[in-house]
Amino acid sequence: METSAILILAIPLLMFLFLGLAGKYLPHKWAGILGTAGMGVTMILAYTVAFTYFFSGAPEFISATGDRLQHVVFNQEWLNFYDKLTINIGFLLDPISAMMLVVITTISFMVHLYSNGYMRDHHGVWETGFQRFYAFLSLFSFSMLGLVVATNIFQMYIFWELVGASSYLLIGFYYTKPSAVAASKKAFIVTRFADLGFLVGILLLSFNTGFFSFTEMTSVPVEGVADTYQINLGTAEGIKNIFANSAASTFMGASVLTWALVLIFMGGMGKSAMMPLHIWLPDAMEGPTPVSALIHAATMVVAGVFLVARLFPLYVLNEAALDIVTVVGAVTALYAAMVACAQIDIKRVLAFSTISQIAFMMVSLGVTRLGHETALGHEVHEGLGYMASMFHLFTHAMFKALLFLGAGALIHAIGSNDYTAMHGLRKYMPVTHITFLVGCLAIAGIIPFAGFFSKDEILTACFGHSAVWAIWMTLVAGLTAFYMFRLYFLIFWWKEHKTPEGHHAPHDQPWTMTLPLIILAVISCVAGFVPFGKLVTWNGHEIAGSNLANLNWNVAAISLVVAVCGILVAMKMYKKENPLPEKMRNALPNLWDWCHHRFYWDELYQFITHKIIFGCICKPIAWFDRHIIDGTMDAFASITNKASYAIRGLQSGNVHMYVWIYLVGAILLAAISMIVIL
Amino acid sequence: MEINALYYLIPAMFMFACGVYGFITRRNMIAMLISLELMLNGVDMNFVVFNRFLYPGQLEGMFFTLFAIAIAAAETALAIAIVVNVYRANNDIDVRDINKLKF
Repeated sequence: METSAILILAIPLLMFLFLGLAGKYLPHKWAGILGTAGMGVTMILAYTVAFTYFFSGAPEFISATGDRLQHVVFNQEWLNFYDKLTINIGFLLDPISAMMLVVITTISFMVHLYSNGYMRDHHGVWETGFQRFYAFLSLFSFSMLGLVVATNIFQMYIFWELVGASSYLLIGFYYTKPSAVAASKKAFIVTRFADLGFLVGILLLSFNTGFFSFTEMTSVPVEGVADTYQINLGTAEGIKNIFANSAASTFMGASVLTWALVLIFMGGMGKSAMMPLHIWLPDAMEGPTPVSALIHAATMVVAGVFLVARLFPLYVLNEAALDIVTVVGAVTALYAAMVACAQIDIKRVLAFSTISQIAFMMVSLGVTRLGHETALGHEVHEGLGYMASMFHLFTHAMFKALLFLGAGALIHAIGSNDYTAMHGLRKYMPVTHITFLVGCLAIAGIIPFAGFFSKDEILTACFGHSAVWAIWMTLVAGLTAFYMFRLYFLIFWWKEHKTPEGHHAPHDQPWTMTLPLIILAVISCVAGFVPFGKLVTWNGHEIAGSNLANLNWNVAAISLVVAVCGILVAMKMYKKENPLPEKMRNALPNLWDWCHHRFYWDELYQFITHKIIFGCICKPIAWFDRHIIDGTMDAFASITNKASYAIRGLQSGNVHMYVWIYLVGAILLAAISMIVIL
Repeated sequence: MEINALYYLIPAMFMFACGVYGFITRRNMIAMLISLELMLNGVDMNFVVFNRFLYPGQLEGMFFTLFAIAIAAAETALAIAIVVNVYRANNDIDVRDINKLKF
């Protein structure tokens, strides 16, 4: 177990070093094969570890009463500042990290495989920097795996920044393209800004508690089994008491613990693109499409959800923090869904859809409360929202990666990101068409595809908490179905495809690109049947749910009806070319404009940063620097310069003149000193 | 007739004044060099004379003079070398022509 755990982290890291250093001496093909093989081995190891964790029933993984435990596989001291501040690097195995191992390695392997086909053009010419691309993919996989298995919050922060850095590198992969460079900078700066909150939150939390380790914050050791812990609300309450008893128990009306949790959530907001820090994600689509699938849809952007889930025992005791999570999530979900309805670039639609779906996960965590609740006449199990959130994270990763890889295949075939260049592709690219349809059905939440089950659990959890959010989220689910099928119909139907003069007709891509699509489509069909309630819960205690027998059919019926309505509306509007969309657009021009321009958030940021911060703060400071500070120094220099120019005539080069001056000076000095002495 | 220090100092000062005059008025670098030597010798004589008359038991002035003579010899050799090079470059040794390094 320990060897596998070390190898899971070591293989991608070594692959990064090898491909990064020796990549340019390797043939392109071999770099791709090596990277893919490395990731394949990592995937097999991660599967072994996850399956051992979930199904072996060993005492360090499951307690006698059937609760899943947290097992620290290794925990190596890394930086020892002094006895109270030691930073470890370790490997924590618990339900969510085991699940994330599966998700990350699966998607990463699919993307590695897919990129072998995607990163070259139709004539088989490799893209420049192909080896660098694989090196960065490996770096990202290493960072993300290190993030999810972190045993302490500082390790998480380190890997959190590493995924940010690898995301930056990959968004800016086409570094000769100014828009890609701008997008990578934007992503890095926005998430860095959010991470400032994360760091302050970590400092608040660990300064007051003295803990870095997750197991110390949320769990108690299990007697008799080494390195094994059980999630325990008592520990979290203990932490709450530490804050309640500390000197500064409140700040600006909220308790310091709430502040710490909200600031940590701010880090999650940045990474998970929650409003108002979402602006980087749509621009991040400048990166190669496989990167969008891996980083900006399936894995890195759910790190924020994972962070909240990791500290969930602390959040669940803090209503205020959870309410903030809920409100941010719900507002973002609706906003992103509305914007997704009015985008032309298919990757932008998917990006906003990702934001909306992650917001679903956030809401699901936010509405989770302990204690029993009922939803439309059915009992809601304790901690259902947490389970639903993780379930949706899992299924969303699969079908969103599928959709992105499908979009990549379309872009590769057509050479444009806009659906206006596509239309009617269903006959030309049958594999892409079917798999894309599966993805759309899954995200829309049609039974029996994966999204149906997870979204249904989320809605059940919402209904259990508050009817307002439940109705809100149901509407967003309807919008999701609408915009996804709008995209689907506009790409594959609408009107017959016309191939431009001098181009080949679009066709399905090589097997390296279609195979991942097919595998992910199959997973999207069956992932809903994974009994998540038995596997992943907030405290390891099994809950019923997430399979057909335990479905809350009242909620399921509502969400199904809403989803089908969304699909039918999309079909009516976009299946055949007709003037209806144009009419609706003209009927509500303002709404269209606002949605199309993403509610002018970018312009708002542009205004704040350029006009207010740059204009009112930076410019005066720059003026002061340039004119006062530099001016003083320049004045010294120019005075010296001018004086030198003025007296340089004395250096005539005439030796006799020097002698005369010397002589007269000597005589004068002698005369003066004589006068003084006498 | 008592021979006192003035008998030595007056010729020494005369030598020095001749040197200064020559240094200022001559254009020829060799002549200027000779004037320079004249000044140096006048000063050397002063050292010896003051040593002999004021501190007869000691030898600092004498040795200072010996050093000055040795260094003057070296300096002359150097100066002559410069003069030779200037002559090669300018084809004359007029000091007014050596003003290429001014500002």
